Formats: sequence, C-alpha cells, structure tokens
Amino acid sequence: MITMKRLKVVALMAVLGFFASVVSVKAQDPAEGEQIFKNNCTSCHAATDEVVIGPGLKGISQRRPIDWLVKWVHNPQAVIASGDKYAVDLFNKYNKTQMTAFPNLSEGQIKSVVAYIDAQAAAPVPTAGAVTAAGAAPAEGSANGGMMQYIMIALLLIMVLVLVALLSIVSSLSKLASVSPDSPEAQNVPLLKRLAENGKKLAANSAFKTGAALLITLLIGKATIDAAYGVGIHQGYAPEQPIQFSHKLHAGQYQINCNYCHTGVYKGKGANIPSANICMNCHNAIKRESPEIQKIYRSLEKDEPIQWVRVHNLPDLAYFNHSQHTNVGGLECTNCHGEIAKMEVVQQRSTLTMGWCIDCHRKTDVNTKGNAYYDKLVELHSKDHKEPLKVQNIGGLECSKCHY
Amino acid sequence: MENNTKRYWRGIEELTNNAEFVKYAHREFGDAPTANEKGEALIDGTNTVRRDFLKVLGFGVSAVALAACEAPVKKAIPYLNKPEDVEPTIANWYASTFVDGGDYASVLVKTREGRPIKIEGNKASSVSKGALSARVQASVLSLYDNEKLKGALISGKASDWATADKEIIAELGKVAARGGQIRIVSNTILSPTTKKVIGEFIAKYPTAKLVTYDANSVSGLVQANGGILPSFDFSKAKTIVSIGADFLGTWIAPSEFAGQWAKTRRVSSAEGGNKEMSRHYQFETIMSNTGANADYRSTYKPSQEGLVVAALYNAIASKVGGANIGGAAVKVDHLDKAAADLVATKGASLVVSGSNDPAVQTVVVAINALLGAYGTTIDAGNPVNYRQGSDAEMTAFINEAKAGQIGAVVFYNANPVYNHPRGAELAEALPKIGLTISTNDRTDETGSLCKYSTPDSHYLESWNDAEPKRGHFSFTQPTISTIFKTRQAQSSFLTWAGLNGDYATYLENAWTSVLGGKVAWSKTLHDGVYEPGAGASFNVPQTGLADSVASISKNYKANSDKMELAIYEKVTMGTGSQANNPWLQECPEPVSKACWGNYAMVSLATAKKLGLDQEIELDTHEVEVSVNGKSVKLPFIVQPGQANDTVAIAIGYGRTKAGKSANEVGANIYPFASVINGNIAFSNTGDVQVKATGKSAQIARTQTHNTVMAREAVVQETVLSAYKKNVEAGRFKPTVSTAEGKKTATDISLWNGHKYNNHAWGMVIDLNTCTGCSACVVSCNAENNIAVVGRQEVINRREMHWMRIDRYYSSDADVEDVKGLEYASENPEVVFQPMLCQHCNNAPCETVCPVLATTHSTEGLNQMTYNRCIGTRYCANNCPYKVRRFNWFRYYQTDEYDFQFNNDLGRMVINPDVTVRSRGVMEKCSMCVQRIQAGKLEAKKEKRRPKDGEIQVACAQSCPTNAITFGDMNDETSEISKLLEVEHKGRAFGVIEEINVKPNISYLVKIRNKEEKVKKEEAAVEHKEHA
Repeated sequence: MITMKRLKVVALMAVLGFFASVVSVKAQDPAEGEQIFKNNCTSCHAATDEVVIGPGLKGISQRRPIDWLVKWVHNPQAVIASGDKYAVDLFNKYNKTQMTAFPNLSEGQIKSVVAYIDAQAAAPVPTAGAVTAAGAAPAEGSANGGMMQYIMIALLLIMVLVLVALLSIVSSLSKLASVSPDSPEAQNVPLLKRLAENGKKLAANSAFKTGAALLITLLIGKATIDAAYGVGIHQGYAPEQPIQFSHKLHAGQYQINCNYCHTGVYKGKGANIPSANICMNCHNAIKRESPEIQKIYRSLEKDEPIQWVRVHNLPDLAYFNHSQHTNVGGLECTNCHGEIAKMEVVQQRSTLTMGWCIDCHRKTDVNTKGNAYYDKLVELHSKDHKEPLKVQNIGGLECSKCHY
Repeated sequence: MENNTKRYWRGIEELTNNAEFVKYAHREFGDAPTANEKGEALIDGTNTVRRDFLKVLGFGVSAVALAACEAPVKKAIPYLNKPEDVEPTIANWYASTFVDGGDYASVLVKTREGRPIKIEGNKASSVSKGALSARVQASVLSLYDNEKLKGALISGKASDWATADKEIIAELGKVAARGGQIRIVSNTILSPTTKKVIGEFIAKYPTAKLVTYDANSVSGLVQANGGILPSFDFSKAKTIVSIGADFLGTWIAPSEFAGQWAKTRRVSSAEGGNKEMSRHYQFETIMSNTGANADYRSTYKPSQEGLVVAALYNAIASKVGGANIGGAAVKVDHLDKAAADLVATKGASLVVSGSNDPAVQTVVVAINALLGAYGTTIDAGNPVNYRQGSDAEMTAFINEAKAGQIGAVVFYNANPVYNHPRGAELAEALPKIGLTISTNDRTDETGSLCKYSTPDSHYLESWNDAEPKRGHFSFTQPTISTIFKTRQAQSSFLTWAGLNGDYATYLENAWTSVLGGKVAWSKTLHDGVYEPGAGASFNVPQTGLADSVASISKNYKANSDKMELAIYEKVTMGTGSQANNPWLQECPEPVSKACWGNYAMVSLATAKKLGLDQEIELDTHEVEVSVNGKSVKLPFIVQPGQANDTVAIAIGYGRTKAGKSANEVGANIYPFASVINGNIAFSNTGDVQVKATGKSAQIARTQTHNTVMAREAVVQETVLSAYKKNVEAGRFKPTVSTAEGKKTATDISLWNGHKYNNHAWGMVIDLNTCTGCSACVVSCNAENNIAVVGRQEVINRREMHWMRIDRYYSSDADVEDVKGLEYASENPEVVFQPMLCQHCNNAPCETVCPVLATTHSTEGLNQMTYNRCIGTRYCANNCPYKVRRFNWFRYYQTDEYDFQFNNDLGRMVINPDVTVRSRGVMEKCSMCVQRIQAGKLEAKKEKRRPKDGEIQVACAQSCPTNAITFGDMNDETSEISKLLEVEHKGRAFGVIEEINVKPNISYLVKIRNKEEKVKKEEAAVEHKEHA
C-alpha cells in the first residue's frame, strides 16, 4: 500500500464549510485557557515555577509583556532570530531546545492561557490528585455471563435436591426390602461394603443415570455457551508493544493530556496513534539515551514507521467515532478504556461487544446541556417522560447509527 | 383530478408483448445460470459446490472454534512524521481541475489519509458551476488503474527516466540537425502554461510543430465561427432548436449546457411561481439523450442533415423577410413550427447543430444571426477553448507521415491510431518515423507502436492550469504523490528542451507574476479558479452563405432509401479515453440502457425490413455492418425513435490495448467515419449493408429487468398549457373502494405511522429537469463502494447499482391500435426517472425480513444492516420499486470479478466510512447515511442544528441540473420543506401511490412544452367508455 507519508503536496486545504473549525473569540477566559494549556503546554511547562522541559510559567505575565508572549508563542524561532536578548538567553539556558510554535493559537487564546496561569498562581489549587474517573457507566461486560451463572447454580441446586430425594427413596426402599426374613445379616455387613453396594445399586438406577447424564449435558452446555459468548471478545488483551511505552508514566505521573498525543480524539473518528514526531517534541530533549527512545530515533533514521500492535479491534462492520463520544457526549476516555493512567502496558478493559455498546446507550443520559442541537429534542422528550433524555431515546439503538 | 391515459413501455418487447418477453417478464433474474452451473465454488480455490454445504458448515464451525482461541494480531502504523494538514480519519478537500483533452470541469477532490476517493464539483467556477458528468465522477477510479504504465519504457522494456531522456534528447538533436520535421500530436490543450512549455520545446527544435485534433471533432463549427468556439447560453433561450447536437449528453460541454437548459425548464406550482418554460425542438438521426428530453422531436437521415438546416433557414427567412437560399426541399416534421417559434422569440432563440461540416455550420451561423442570437444566447466575445482540434492539420500530418516526411513525433496524450478514422494508415506509417515518443498513460494502440513511452501522470497527481473560457482560469494541484514512476508530460517537454524539468515551479513562477505574489498564488490554488474575465467585441462571421448552400446541395440529398450509418458518442463512454474504467463500462447508456459494449441500433420498421425478428433481452441477433468494404460484427438492438433506414453505432469501444475492462468490449467504429469538406463526418452515407450473421449475441441491458406490472402511477406527466390552467394537471390520484365509498388510496392505512422528533430526511426529484445523464449513478458508485459485476452478471440481471435511471417510452396509442403503436415506436416520448430506495414509511421490505435486518429509523430512513442479513431476499421480492440488490458473489475477492475491488491499488478508491458488502447480503440505497451522520456530528460539535444544504447525499450533490433536492423535512426553513409545501398541492407525487407505502421520496410531474392533444384524449376516453 502506498501510504501518504511522502505526500509532499500541501497546498492550502480547501476546507468545506462544515469542516471549518470555530475559533472562540472571547478574550481572557481562564476556563478556555485551562483547556488550551492542558492540551498544548503541559508536556513541557508547568503552571507553577517547576521546570519540566521549559521554564515554569508562574508569574509569566509579570516577566514578559503580552505582545512579546504572543510573538513568541506564534513563532519562537523568529523571535530568537531577531536577536531579542531575553529570547536568546532563554534559548541558551534551556540547552538550545526549540519551543514548538503554535501559529494557530489566536491572541485571545494566548491571553486566556496567561489568565489561567495567573489564576493558578493567585489561588493555588490543592495538589492535583489522581485522575478523577468520572463516568456514567462503569465498564461492565459480565451482564450476560452473570445471568447465566445464576441460572446454572439454580439448576445445580435443583439437581442436588432431586439426587437427595432419589437417594432417600432408594435407601428407604432398600430398608423396607431388608426388613424381610433374613434381615439380621444385613446389619452385620461392614459400612464400606454397604456403601459400595449402595453405590452399585445407585449406578444401576436408571433415574440416577438420567439425572447424571442431564447434569453433565448441562455443564457441557454451559461451558459451550460461555465459550461461544467469548468468541471474538478480547477483554484483558494486553499485547507486548514494540516500544515499552508507559501510559502510567506519561498519562499518570506527568499528567499529559490524552489529546496531546492522540490528536484525533476530539476531532475525528479515530483517536490516532501518535506519529513519531509527536514523541520527538519532548524526547529530543528528554531521555535521549534510553534504549526505548533510541528505537524511535532508529525508525526515524531508517524512515520505517513504528508498528504498534492494535489493542482495541472493532470489527469493520461497526462504525465508531471518538469525537461523537468525547467531544459531543462529554465522556471521559477512562469510561471505555479503563484506568489508562495506571497501566504500564495498555490492555483492553471493556468487552467491546455490541451488548456492551447497547447497554451504555440504554443507560446514559445525553449530554444535552448547552448544545442547541438537542434543545427541541429535550423539549419534546420532557413532555412525555420524566426521566432525562437517554441515548436510546434519540435513536441510539438503531442499526444505521453504527452499521453502514 | 386528471388521470393519465398514456401507455408507458420500457422496450419494444414490452410494447409488442412478445412471447419471449412475457416468459421472462415476471422473473427478476431471468433464466440466468446458477452458481453451480457456472461452477463457482463455495470456497475459492476448491471444488466445493452447494451440495457440500453441510460438510463445509461442519468444517467451518470447528475452524471458528479453533480460530477463536487466538485473535490475529493487527498492527496500527502511524505516520513517522505526520503532515500538518492530514489528520487520519478526517477528510481533506482540495480544489483541482479535471481535464481530458477538451473536456473540463473545476472539481473538489476529497482525500482520506492522502488518497483521493471522491470528486465533486467546484461551485466557485462560473464556467462549470460545479456540474460534473459521469465521466468526471468516474475519473478518480482511473487514477488507481493498475494497467497504467509504471515507468518509462524504451522499445517496450522498462527503463529509467535518465536513460530515456538522454536518448530522446540525442535523437531529437540529430533529427533537428538534419532539419527533419518534428510533430507533437495532441488533443485540445486547455492549459496556457502547457502551451508555453510546448513553445519552449519548439524554440529549441524549430522544425517542431503542434498538431491538434479531437476524437469528437467540431472543427467545422470552429471554422464557421471564424476560428473560435463561441459560448452558448441555453439559459437565456426561450426556443432551442438542435439539429443533431446532443448538447445534454455529449456535445462540447454537456454538463454546463444541461445546467443552463434546466434553468429554463424549472417551474413552480406556487401562486405567482414561474410557469414559463423554454420550448426545445430536436431534429436528429438517433434517439439521443437530448432528443429524449426535447418537447418536439423528429428524425432525419444523415444524408439529409445539410438540407434540414437549409430548410430551417428558408423557413425563418420567409418569416423575417430574408432571401431564400435554395436547397432541395426536405420533409421533416415540426420544422415550420420550430421556425415560427424561433422567430416569435427572436432575441431569445438558439439554434445549434452537431454537424462537423463547415458549410452546414455556416448556415447555422446565418440562422442565429437572423434570430439575433449573437449577443444574447451566443456569447462570441467570450469564446470557449474546449475544442481546438483541426481535422485538416491532422489529415496533413497523416499524409506527411505516410510519405515519410516526418523525422520525429511525440504523441502527447493522444491515441490517433485508435480514435482517428485514419488510425490504421497512421499505424502503418509510424515505423517510417525515426523517433516515436508517447506520453500516454499506457501502452495503448498508439503508445505500443512508439519506441519511447514516457507516461504522463494522472491529473490528480499533476500541477496544471486550464483556460476553458477566455479569461477564466482553473487550476490543477496534485492530491496524491505519483503512484507509479510517471512524470508530467510538461516536465518531459521542458527536460527535452534542455530546461529545468520542474513544472510545478515553472507554473508557480508563471502565475505569481500574473497574480502578484506567492500569497495570491496560494489563495488561487485554494479557490481553484481565477476569473479576471476578458470580454471582447465580436463580429458575426460573414462567410459565404451561397458557397455553403452550393456545397450542401452537392453533399446532401433530400431523399434516400439507402441504408446509412450514423456514428454517435455514448453519454457514459464518450470517446473511449477512459474505456478501462469499470464504473463507466457498467453505467448504462441513458436511452438504450445498455452497458459493456456497443451495438448496432436500427428502428423497428428497419428491423422488419431487414427480416430481423424481435429481440429479447438475453439473446439478440448478431449482425455484420459493412461500409465500403470494411465491416464489424455487433449485437443488434431495436431503438425506438431512430430514423428509418439508418444503423447507429457508438464510438469509444473496441479498444484493443486499454486494459482488461476495455479490451475486446464492442467494436471500434472510428474507421467508418467519412469526410465532408475536409472535416470528419460522424456518419457514412456510402455503401452500408446490415446482414444477420445467423449467430446470436448478448447485450448487457439493465432495462426490462423488472416490469411495471401494469401499475399506472409510475411516471406522471402533462403539457405546459394544461399545467398553467391547473397545477395538478397530470397527477394520478388512485382511489380505493371501501365500505364508506371511494377513498383516496393515501388515506387508508393499516399502519400507525412513524413519529420523527429529530430529522425527517427526504428527497424530491424533479422529472422536468432530470436529463438522465447518469452522473448520479457513478457518483453513488464512488460514494457507496458499489461493486462492479461485469458484463455477464449484468446480463444475469445482477447489477448492483443503488441508483438507476429508469427510462420509459410513452405514446398515446391504445394497445389494440396497431398503426398507432407502430408510429409510437417510431418517435415515442421519453421520461427519465431516477429510481432508488424510496425509504417508505410503510415499508413492505421491513415487514417481511425474518431477522429484522431492515428496519426503520427515527429519522425516516429505511436501514439495511448487512451484518444481520442472512440473505433470504424476501425484502427484494416484496419491494415494489425493485431497488434492493443482492450480493450473489464475493465481488471484492473473486477472480471472475476482476475490477477495482480485486487489487490493492483499485481498493484505494474505497470510501472508508462505508462497509464493503460480502456475499449473501442484500444492499440498497442508504440515503448516504454516512454523510448524514457526519453532518449531524459536525453540527453537534458546534452545538447547533445542521444548516440546510450542508448535508448532501451523493446523487443530489452531483446532479448537474439540481433535479434532486435532499434535506430535512422537519426543518421548516429547508429548501425541501418549502418545495414540498408548494408542490404537495401541485406536482408532487409518490411512485405507485395506490399501494400507499408512503415513500420519503417525492417526484415532480414532468411537463412538456407542447400543444395539448385534447381531441385524442377525449377520443380515447370515449373509446374506453364504449368498450
């Protein structure tokens, strides 16, 4: 296959109207600033005075005028090249590491980031704890299996009762039989022999045989059904990856936003495995000697892409769009992927079966707040229902929402 | 209420109810061989047949159980260095320009992960206005043609570019040194910068000369207009007369013309809405796509063409007080009426002719001058550049080549050996030329005879510009890096001229100086067009009318009972340059509904005269058509509406070296064209013989697969005068007798109906502006990954198209009226009806599916779920519209269906958002649910409702005449809601309303701008009452 890695032609994109991204024009909104900061800056900067890769940004608004900051963020190289003393000193101080340019950030957005940093400094938040796992429905895939188990246990109980009943009938019948003429000898038979004889009798008993056969059939049946339900389910699948990348370190300890590497997660169908150049944003300065990082360098040198092993495999017939769930639905990544921030090796936490999808679509409230798309739907729904609007109420269980 | 008493039929066999037709009529799949007879194995590469099903099943179950133990490891391979603008899974759009010879369209290219997958029109262009033909839609598949050249060749052996360049430069130098003639043979070149590059080449080799010709030449028209091709504007015309010009199908720029024409045909039932239409007369030999859409249509034989034009001139002249120019009288229906209308709408009249005879075109120029068309419907000050070919130049070149006077020749994307009438002579002469070079993308008929093959890149891989109309520029930018080791021909010319071969820079330099900077250049590339405009004054050419009439009198005859050959171009295939494109091969021609090949068409009367019995669909006669000694063997078709004593055959087929989809499909008819006044005439009035060979042949036709089952309300139509009186004219409103008396069929239902809170997607198709051009069919193929099934499977009635264009012939004649029927088939009226899943609210398919694989959505869509379908085909049987198609085979992985889905390159055209269906499942139009979902998601992300028009289905988007309106019927402000609000009280109807399936697709009654035939209808009613 011809991948488009060599696509050298990048003329201006002819963006269709509906692909145009909306850029917020509000100035100095700390909430917006937080979003931008976490998505773009945290991999190199802290809002405190701690040095990560670049300087800590606490008090940045006092250190530099905003105009300078805007120029710097848009194109640091140009500022350094212009011979700006502060910029050159900064460059030299941080081992001549080039800061990534963000030409797409508007002046308003940069001001918002600064406002956020100032707000952080003014009211220091308690140290950031573990990632709060907010989610509507915890990953739950055992619904079917659980039900099956209860039925099997109930059946087993009934079988045991039947067996006990049968045994008692057998023993009382044999007692009745032994009361007849030559009973005293029977009393003298040793216990073991008696048990063995009883066992023999039992084995010859057709009711017992039927019961046992039924039991075995049921157990095999259960095992088969369980196995059949498990076909194609790879919950817990945690393949070894070509590079031992730790989400625990990056997403957990350093709290790098998922979106920083998985660039498509709020925008498109796929969350996207990061390209090597995203790794290089930080690793051209950090831990360059690590043998794992060296693998990235090698693949860049050889022009051979890294072949990661896919962990989550949806069948081709199912259409899943990340942005629908993250951006529109407001779901956290952990909702489906589990506690990624604690995983040394990523594993599939959910079953990814259709039952699992449907289950969530039945239970989950639609994230309608502040989204004009849903206004009329909510209004119509609340006329007839007391419960909030669920995904299933807007066609979330329909075939063509995922299969086309 | 006015019910239609017309009789509709889809082919001669249905009209005459022939025995063979009746036998097959009710069978959906005819008498086709089953899979077993064909020996198709259940498992590829084995001999397992259907009876071994259980064995296979048993093995399959255990195989699944084993396979389940371990899942295959799938790799996820990201970019190493992700281009900034490419985000996987998100489509990018680039403005570009389609150019194939003189065919042009400004386009937007949709790319996914760097692969172009869909072409749509660029509405920013004031020339093409976003209209694309079926061929432009299909061009994206030609990019992934595996049979193109993969690098430079020297004498048929793979070589590298450096060696080829070195040898070519050396040889060119030798030829130039000894003063040998060098020729560059090309089709029309629309690019001014390419012409500049060729200029550089000529500057280096002064004996070089550019020879331009067109396979579908209009050089006679250019000559008659003083060397230019004027812009026609059909939208300003109130009376349109076309004499043999298929301007809605194939003539010059049909998509553009169709858009203009449709503007004059759009009416509204709203009070005070437009109720005026242009009147369109068509005089022609074959039943062309344009003739099928005309209000009045009559036929003439090719030998009469010049005299028809002269007679029209005389008729007009007599009304406006001009002189009679003479010419023998010729009897053609409606000619006087046409003249009267043309004169009545003087200043808003337009006459066009498809003739390539400058004498005929000179008379047409004179007619248009009389009618005051110049300056109104003809803009000669802004000429178009679509056809620059000169038949005289090409003839001269072939003569020189034959005489051994040419030292070197470069075929610049031209294939004259195949598509020039004198191709065979050229093929013989080529070995006499010392240096032969071809830039054609494959070793085609011409390229295979050349020593050097230096393949040009596909337009989607290229940089270029185009000037389709004076002062209107459109730009081509690559949307993918070159797939094979091809090189743009411009770079080759620059290299051979000893210059830097970087054409991208050359082009950029040329334009930055014009546009004033790199930023402007980038913006222009983004927009795709630059239109400074350059109107110039123009004088109507005053060429010798008298000489022309003398020439016409010499070359044409008023009466001839001899057999004549008409050569025409198919709407789908064109000149055959994209013949190896399976989408185009399988797209049925709108009128004959035949695909995969050409055939000999004759009228019913002529067929009888020739003693050829009625054809049936699966089997027809093979005939041998011979003209002046040359002959071809082809299947035979009776074509209603064709001139008697003519046989018509299409160009574009009979390729021998184009690739596996095109080779040996049909026969090449180019060599049969004749020459009149030094120009190629696409007809032959010489010694034409048609004889049955006694063999039978098959034609892949999609019509008459399914019958209308005597249901009346499939198509509805009326005439303009009746419509003006009553906007519901022509509407058929079926009634049903109930216990409470007669009721309208749509008022009775067993069902409770659906409630749509969110969206209610719907579509309106205007039969009045649908020309049948089939752009929607190909667009749907591309958008929805529809499999190509090949000629034999089409014959087996298993084509997979979700969108088809049904064509109905109609006549007022009664079934018993033998004479009337014969007349009817001689010149029937035609209706085109795009037919796709109607997304019924009371869907018959949904109720019969045993596994609920087809269900109704809360947005009004009829959903088809492939992964649930078990292939019972109950739904297809219960569908009144026959729009469900079944996957009989695994088309994407079976050697027999070796089309785009069967190689890795062809698969690159697959739309990743749509599933490729497997064997054994039903499929049908999904109303582009992937686009609906994507559009909704975009709106949700921006926290708003979708805007009307931002969600477009592929067929509506690609319609050059905007005959299809798609939208949300719940949104009161949407175009479709407004349209339906008006037309529910007027023209809107559902197909087969009497069964009340409540389709979400409405059609608008077709209106013909004809006189009312009051008497006949009354007579018919009376007749029925008596009976």
